Amino acid sequence: MEASKVIHAIYTDDDVLMAAVKKVKAAHHHIEEIFTPFPVHGLDKAMGLAPTRIAITSFLYGCVGLTVAVVMMNFIMIEDWPQDIGGKPSFSYIENMPAFVPIMFELTVFFAAHLMVITFYMRSRMWPFKKAENPDPRTTDDHFLMEISVNNNEDELTNLLKETGAVEINLIDKAH
Amino acid sequence: MYTISGKLRTVAFVLMILGAIGVVIGFISSHKSLDEVKEMLAAENAGHHGGGHEADTKAHVVAGGNDHSDNAHDEGAHDALADTDDIAHGDMNHGDDEASHAMAESGHDNANHDDKHAEHVQHQLANRPWSALYVAAFFFFMISLGVLAFYAVQYAAQAGWSPLLLRVMEGITAYMLPGALIVLTIALLSGIIGHYNLFVWMDPEVVAHDELIQGKSDWLNLTWFAIRGFIFIGGWYLYRHFSRKYSIAQDDADDNKNFIKTFRISAGFLVFFLYTESMMSWDWIMSVDPHWFSTLFGWYILAGMMVCGITVISMVTMYLKSLALLPKVNDSHIHDLAKFMFGFSIFWTYLWFSQFMLIWYSNIPEEVTYFVTRFQDYQLPFLGMVVMNFVFPLLILMNSDFKRIPWFVIMAGVVILAGHYIDVFNMIMPATVGDQWYIGIPEISSLLLFGGLFIFIVFTALTKAPLEAKRHPLIKESEHFHY
Repeated sequence: MEASKVIHAIYTDDDVLMAAVKKVKAAHHHIEEIFTPFPVHGLDKAMGLAPTRIAITSFLYGCVGLTVAVVMMNFIMIEDWPQDIGGKPSFSYIENMPAFVPIMFELTVFFAAHLMVITFYMRSRMWPFKKAENPDPRTTDDHFLMEISVNNNEDELTNLLKETGAVEINLIDKAH
Repeated sequence: MYTISGKLRTVAFVLMILGAIGVVIGFISSHKSLDEVKEMLAAENAGHHGGGHEADTKAHVVAGGNDHSDNAHDEGAHDALADTDDIAHGDMNHGDDEASHAMAESGHDNANHDDKHAEHVQHQLANRPWSALYVAAFFFFMISLGVLAFYAVQYAAQAGWSPLLLRVMEGITAYMLPGALIVLTIALLSGIIGHYNLFVWMDPEVVAHDELIQGKSDWLNLTWFAIRGFIFIGGWYLYRHFSRKYSIAQDDADDNKNFIKTFRISAGFLVFFLYTESMMSWDWIMSVDPHWFSTLFGWYILAGMMVCGITVISMVTMYLKSLALLPKVNDSHIHDLAKFMFGFSIFWTYLWFSQFMLIWYSNIPEEVTYFVTRFQDYQLPFLGMVVMNFVFPLLILMNSDFKRIPWFVIMAGVVILAGHYIDVFNMIMPATVGDQWYIGIPEISSLLLFGGLFIFIVFTALTKAPLEAKRHPLIKESEHFHY
């Protein structure tokens, strides 16, 4: 359940942010989101985010690419029209396989790379003309923003966040 | 300080003694008289066909590829040329010649041909213990040379993750000098006291009738081969000697002068190494097939030795860590080593395939005989090693979590090492023993002999200095290395 009210705590240093995340987690508050201008090493671990599975999808896409290459060339070069081209043995796929390996390799990489990127775009909801979901433009430059859900504990949270070194704490009404 | 355990020392000595006994047995049992060989061949023939002798010998001529020139036949060059024609169906004139020649031999001159064939097989059988010894010696030498190159790269690149492992690498490179000298000694002895059991170009009688080898004799002659070998070994040894010396001196120094010196000699060594490693691969490996040549061969050997070297680094590291002797080495170091094993396995495959595919595709007779021999007589090892050196590490070491599990990396490492032994086997054996190959007593005992020696020298060298470099400028970074 998403809270209707959230607190935006703004930091100016990634080390301070990391310490704050650990403190907030220790106090068992739910961190909705963190906006940073650049990747902060170890932030996902501190937040307790589940590891990504995108490498697994990439492996599977690569298998698809390899299959496409094999099936395609087996049909075209061996089954459909097994022509003698410069003495290459087109009697079976395996006999002429070395000639197909460059294409098998490239298609594997092509499928693995492109489908993984598309998966990434879809899963992270990124596309052209997408409305930016940026709560504060400064987070793209030099500020870090932590968004925490509020459940009638604003004062407690505000105090905690002040202690962690937040330079700015705002209570935001989230319109639904 | 690490002290070699009595158990490990015993294991090493047992391996060496067992190996030495097996090697001696191999040499004794390989001397067969011509009659014995004929009997053996007759038994083989009776076993698998009834009277198709002509077909059999024809097949053998084609299959033999250029290794006909390997024995003391006076028709080495002619045979090799004719073989390639047979395969390519090129030069009709020549092909006809050979066909009628073969017909004449098998038809009217059967007894004479049988003699020649038996002599040929006899020579191949005599080559086997030499080749087995040479393959195993080269395999272990190549591991330590690969580690030496990797070590130099760590310094030249100022790698921050690896300083904790440098002493392990230094221990492994201790085998480089004895290993290289053994390889060179076997090569030279095969030409001096042996009957040219490894390199046909050492046989003056073969050279006299072989214009191709004559054309290469400015490079391929025994004296120059020996001198070159000693130059290579000398250069590698000098680097190993001084980098080790500076590394130990750095422990007690109060500045980084020793590190800077090692940095400089590492950069210089890498240049020297790339040239000499290439030439070494032509001399010590490619020249067993003196009619054949390949331009990327040096790289191919380099990739193989790097994989083996890194695999052995990670195995020794994990062994020492399991004894709690490398407490600061963490999962991430193992992970990095496993990544290098994975990467260099693929790099090796890339070069193996590039060499194979370029030759297969253009199918130029003088080049392709190399792979024809391997495909016909060595199908299982030739294709099996691709599975062991590529498919297996590719699938096993792809997962990031698996690369942190010691037994997993050890298992992958064992398969990789076995695969690269077979790789070396595939490079030497077809030229020396042809289709008479087998992985039996001579091969396994040679492996045990040099394996034992390798373990003994490496682990003795590890006792000579603290396992952790103390004042290496990047040691702190290495201790906190985390991936």
